[in-house]
Amino acid sequence: MAKVTMTVNGRQVSGHCDDRTLLVQFIRENLGLTGTHVGCDTTQCGACVIHMDGKSVKSCSILAAQAAGSTITTIEGLAADGELHPVQAAFKANHGLQCGFCTPGMVMTAVDMIRRHQGQLDEATVRAELEGNICRCTGYHNIVKAILAAAAEMSGARVAAE
Amino acid sequence: MGVEGIGARVARKEDKRFLTGKGRYTDDMSVPGMKYAVFVRSPHAHAKIVKVDASAARGMPGVIGVLDGKQLLADGIGNLICGWMIHSKDGSPMKMGAWRPLAHETVRYVGDAVAIVVADSVAEARDAAEAVVVEYRELPVVIDATRALEAGQPQLHPEAPNNLIFDWQIGDEAATDTAIAAAAHVTEVTIHNNRLSPNPMEPRAALGIYDAGDDHYTCYTTSQNPHVARLVMSAFYNVAPENKLRVIAPDVGGGFGSKIYIYPEEIVCLWASKRTGVPVKWTSDRTEAFLTDAHGRDHVSKVKMAFDANNRIIGLKVDTVANLGAYMSLFSSAVPTYLYATLLSGQYAIPAIHANVRTVYTNTAPVDAYRGAGRPEATYLLERTMETAARELGVSPAELRRVNFIRSFPHQTPVIMNYDAGDYEASLEAAMKAADWNGFAARKAEAERRGMKRGIGMSCYIEACGIAPSAAVGSLGAGVGLWESAEVRVNAVGTIEVLTGSHSHGQGHETTFAQLVADRFGVPLDSVNIVHGDTDKVQMGMGTYGSRSGAVGMSAVVKALDKVEAKAKKIAAHLMEADESDIVIENGELKVAGTDKAVPWFQMALAAYTAHNLPAGMEPGLKEGAFYDPANFTFPAGCYICEVEVDPDTGRTKIVQFVAADDFGNIINPMIVEGQVHGGLAQGIGQALLEGVHYDASGQLLTASYMDYAMPRADDLPSFQVSTSNTPCPNNPLGIKGCGEAGAIGSPPALINAITDAIGNNALTMPATPQKVWAAAHAAK
Repeated sequence: MAKVTMTVNGRQVSGHCDDRTLLVQFIRENLGLTGTHVGCDTTQCGACVIHMDGKSVKSCSILAAQAAGSTITTIEGLAADGELHPVQAAFKANHGLQCGFCTPGMVMTAVDMIRRHQGQLDEATVRAELEGNICRCTGYHNIVKAILAAAAEMSGARVAAE
Repeated sequence: MGVEGIGARVARKEDKRFLTGKGRYTDDMSVPGMKYAVFVRSPHAHAKIVKVDASAARGMPGVIGVLDGKQLLADGIGNLICGWMIHSKDGSPMKMGAWRPLAHETVRYVGDAVAIVVADSVAEARDAAEAVVVEYRELPVVIDATRALEAGQPQLHPEAPNNLIFDWQIGDEAATDTAIAAAAHVTEVTIHNNRLSPNPMEPRAALGIYDAGDDHYTCYTTSQNPHVARLVMSAFYNVAPENKLRVIAPDVGGGFGSKIYIYPEEIVCLWASKRTGVPVKWTSDRTEAFLTDAHGRDHVSKVKMAFDANNRIIGLKVDTVANLGAYMSLFSSAVPTYLYATLLSGQYAIPAIHANVRTVYTNTAPVDAYRGAGRPEATYLLERTMETAARELGVSPAELRRVNFIRSFPHQTPVIMNYDAGDYEASLEAAMKAADWNGFAARKAEAERRGMKRGIGMSCYIEACGIAPSAAVGSLGAGVGLWESAEVRVNAVGTIEVLTGSHSHGQGHETTFAQLVADRFGVPLDSVNIVHGDTDKVQMGMGTYGSRSGAVGMSAVVKALDKVEAKAKKIAAHLMEADESDIVIENGELKVAGTDKAVPWFQMALAAYTAHNLPAGMEPGLKEGAFYDPANFTFPAGCYICEVEVDPDTGRTKIVQFVAADDFGNIINPMIVEGQVHGGLAQGIGQALLEGVHYDASGQLLTASYMDYAMPRADDLPSFQVSTSNTPCPNNPLGIKGCGEAGAIGSPPALINAITDAIGNNALTMPATPQKVWAAAHAAK
């Protein structure tokens, strides 16, 4: 049992967990943030993607103890003041989700993807970047559409702000 | 239509909770005192259990209890069953072997559950499960269904000699043989339909809660049909009587058929909760899902299609062997029979059809309905055969289909189905136009210059949805009726709850069902809530599968809305001293037609509940229920065209374009319908290009993770071109046919027809991996 402290969605949190506890288990079981999902055992599906110190990370591929001291954002922390993040809004507007299980990981991946590419995305790039996120419902068609729409909106907003 | 009514492209009401991490799936549930379960599973595909020794495991840290199959048997928990009776052609009933929720004598596939460990944490339960020592005596194994029928093979169940479950037939064999003998041309092919794993992204899970105070059980579970789960667990498995068992299927992360069935784990978690005195939660990991979720497909068929001199099909003869795995899952017997062979007429007028189907036990996971369920197998068989025939006869694939299309309705096929409506030419035309079929030769020549082999293929599918009427399916062997229920509750302030026996696990019912209400009463979508998935809230329902929620579930809502509307009009007429026949409902008001007199919807609702001023003799309140039993199946149909480029150096196939032109009847929300098609196409393309369950000869599953089983990923797929041209279904009040499975049904043959066109070799099986395509392309040289 180790005591682990980190900042999650803007709040400092601590918890005791087995050394073998994965970050995703810590988030789900210790913190009760069940929006981050587990869809496989082999770091393939991406349902557990969160942001750790600003980068997207599969939270099943890292121990909770390794995340000690870091700053984590989960899907629950993405919408500010009750307003959907532009990526969340684009997923809704473009029907980029069906059962919703892969959705938190898809959204967190997409936010980081748009940030890294500074909103300059095309369909082939989005599809290649989604290699680590599996969806069984949508055939990806509307997920790709949603990410492109969000990227356009966010880069438009960024340009306008500059 | 209004902006939120029938036909409107309304964004989904349920999206916000999924997008903000507030979805509530079974594994998200937590109750006081809850403990965690891990199952001990057989590592052997076939073995006798000599001894289960849990003494070491019981002493491990955190362990609450270890329970095995003998204890389960002693407590009277029953066998798992298959709920659809099929009789062999000799009249004998299907040979159902015993399936224990926890095996105590024999294990028959890798993953068969043997014991359950309950502990304070999943990790401790897993440690203890590894310490349970099960002594096995290994038995010989058979994996392949055709081989399992041969003499001298390992026998799985004493009830089923030669592993044969049933030997069933449909159609007129003599007439078909006569047609084949008289044919100008007979196309003969052997068709393999590969075994698949459904893979909803949410793994199965169950939380069993026994309340000793009330002798009552609650089960949270990942189910497409919680009421059927309660019925089966009560009536057959002796878990508890229905009034002592509540089943809740909260948010469910996809199903695709695999969450229809009642599996051992939910039964055992409920039983273990009583035995251990704590709530017990089990969540499958992905490897367990590959091992134990019911698989789909796995057919081998020999086909003869006979043509006259004018290229008209005069007979079709099919001999199919279907692998059902180690046990008969809940609907397994219906899939290769009434959901498959009854669709063998496709979109074509075929005067004589005969199909023989043998279903077989093997040492593999149980096989049951997976998106499409029998209809993909029928469509793949027919459309690959049609393509082969077109090539042999030297006619274009479109021409051969046109010559044989059914053109007048209703149309009675030789295999039970009576098609009610359709326009197959329209969807063929639409697809060919969208795909620029006529421009293909130029595109092929251009690809050739780049050293690429370009091919184009089509598939014309028909399917049957909304299986019904109940009396008819009962006569065919179904153990349940296939109606649906709905209840519409208008609250005193005018807001509305619709309770439905359908279950949404991605289909968007919370939006589309509400659109029906908004359309009818002109009330805002936000004032309507859809309630589903809880046996304590919804009285009874048959759940969601077989693309039935629109055609059957929504029709039940319409019937209940009719009753609400009638009573609302009576109340409004009374309030306004008008004749009820003059009342119209528009924009949330009940108006006297042709006057300016109106009562707002909420005021009428309040009047129903204050009951101060109701028509004489009228009961207070406004709540109506309905059960809807359809008059016939519905028959969605369409044409899919796929164009590919194959790299002859690597065998890699790139999908250049994929066009879907469907006839779904009337549509409630086009955005959601398109999403259903996209998802179905991805699964069909996955079957054709990527996916396949593989066991080795000893019955070990080689494809038990996402590193071994190729799931379609975003960069495997193109964007799709989808459209609809609709003929309303005449047999339900909304004219809906259903759209959930079409994509998975129609797409595999279009893709394989395109690849074989590209490489000039018709001998190719699914999945068409680069290795297979390369070999086939080079063999063609």
